[in-house]
Amino acid sequence: MNDQVLQILSLGLMSLVAAASGLIGVFALTRRMTLAADAISHIALPGIGIALLLKIDPVIGAAVMLVAGAFVVWALEKKTKISTEAVIGILFTASLAIGSIIIPVEEDLLDALFGEAAIFNSLELALGIPLAIIIIFLVLKYKDKFTLSFISPDIARTSGLSVSKLDLLYLLLFVGTIVLGLKFLGALLMGSLIIVPAAVSRNIARSFSSDLLISLLVAVFSAFVGFVVAAHYGIATGPAIIMVAAGLFFVSVFFSE
Amino acid sequence: MDKPAILTVEKLRVSFDHNVILSDLSFTVSRGGTVAIIGPNGAGKTALFRSLIGSIPHKGSVTWAPGVRIGYVPQKLGIDRNLSVTLRDFLSFKRSILHLPELVIPEVLRYVHLGEDKLNVPLGGLSGGDLQRALVALALIGNPDVLLFDEPTAGVDLPGEERIYHTLHELQDRYGITLIFISHDLNLVYRYADTVICLNRSLVCFGSPEETLNEDVLDKLYGSKIHHHLHQHE
Repeated sequence: MNDQVLQILSLGLMSLVAAASGLIGVFALTRRMTLAADAISHIALPGIGIALLLKIDPVIGAAVMLVAGAFVVWALEKKTKISTEAVIGILFTASLAIGSIIIPVEEDLLDALFGEAAIFNSLELALGIPLAIIIIFLVLKYKDKFTLSFISPDIARTSGLSVSKLDLLYLLLFVGTIVLGLKFLGALLMGSLIIVPAAVSRNIARSFSSDLLISLLVAVFSAFVGFVVAAHYGIATGPAIIMVAAGLFFVSVFFSE
Repeated sequence: MDKPAILTVEKLRVSFDHNVILSDLSFTVSRGGTVAIIGPNGAGKTALFRSLIGSIPHKGSVTWAPGVRIGYVPQKLGIDRNLSVTLRDFLSFKRSILHLPELVIPEVLRYVHLGEDKLNVPLGGLSGGDLQRALVALALIGNPDVLLFDEPTAGVDLPGEERIYHTLHELQDRYGITLIFISHDLNLVYRYADTVICLNRSLVCFGSPEETLNEDVLDKLYGSKIHHHLHQHE
């Protein structure tokens, strides 16, 4: 593949990941897990560190840790909410600490935290594009069930839904989206591409379907503009994307009722 | 009891972190009955409801008649005020989960006397009374055999409360739904319930309101201050 094709496909994958983030974020706000959502991506860091030590692809290490993290959060949330918040806070900051100790090279650590240039290789594209499409498909397929069970697990249960399974599915889709975004946003910023567009949309949307659409468009727009701006001015892609999303959030505040 | 049982609870026990919320609770509800659950704050009323629908772990047994469909009306919703979900969205979630046609939405709105002009209002923008009607409408989607109704402690005025009970009573007459409700208003209990369950972490009384709600029982439940309240209503 020549560079130009790779660049176009990378932009395509980034847009798909942004679309998935925008959708996933709407449910994260409904589920009132803003803080956990932002912090859960930190759990990728020890995985990246271990992968670098073992000289394997860091994304594999991150994915293993994140999926394990999703199961931990799921199991904890079955218990009381208050203790979960505390445990999640401790678990994730500990992950950040462990990650920064075991990732040996400073440049690798910066990439892991803030992302690197958003050009994917052929293998990443071949795996990433289908995975992003599957995540978007599943989120849209389960949107009604997710929302009802996040608004009221008790009503969802009496409507015949398995709340616990839906929770696990959602958390897995959530960490799947984080894995996809780690390359260009890093463990510190990826949570923001999930939360910020959904928060923008919350200020503007007047129905659930418009909420999903606005959040998706804000995420894709931020990724696209951030990518172009970063390439043009030679700055890091991840921070540029989040700056655009944050800018849109401040504008959206004026539209909030 | 002549009518067959729709719910049988035996030796129910609920506890959180060694704190016993309900213990040794046994009772039966017959099909088509109207059962009121009363008791002071912290008596375990909502915990009883949540164990009836299987959302909190418990010991003992909760047995519903085979194939029973439950409509659950919670006391409140844990939602943010700016949640984008409108009344239409909210009702559509359950409608689509149960694969029912669009027309069930205007139908359930009619049952609870809620105007279709409210459909595009976000849930956070509904008044307390309208939100309660919306929750009842949602519970009615899918033709439940039994309605579990947890009365809100805030946000609904007294006439609004009366209206909703009147509506529930109508639905019951028309469709034979079994109604189990938690109430804080003894007046409503006397008017609508054929059976009352008095709860204070365990069963204090069970039977018809006229026969069971005597001074001793009310003393056990609420202390002496309730008597004045009762006389006022009578």
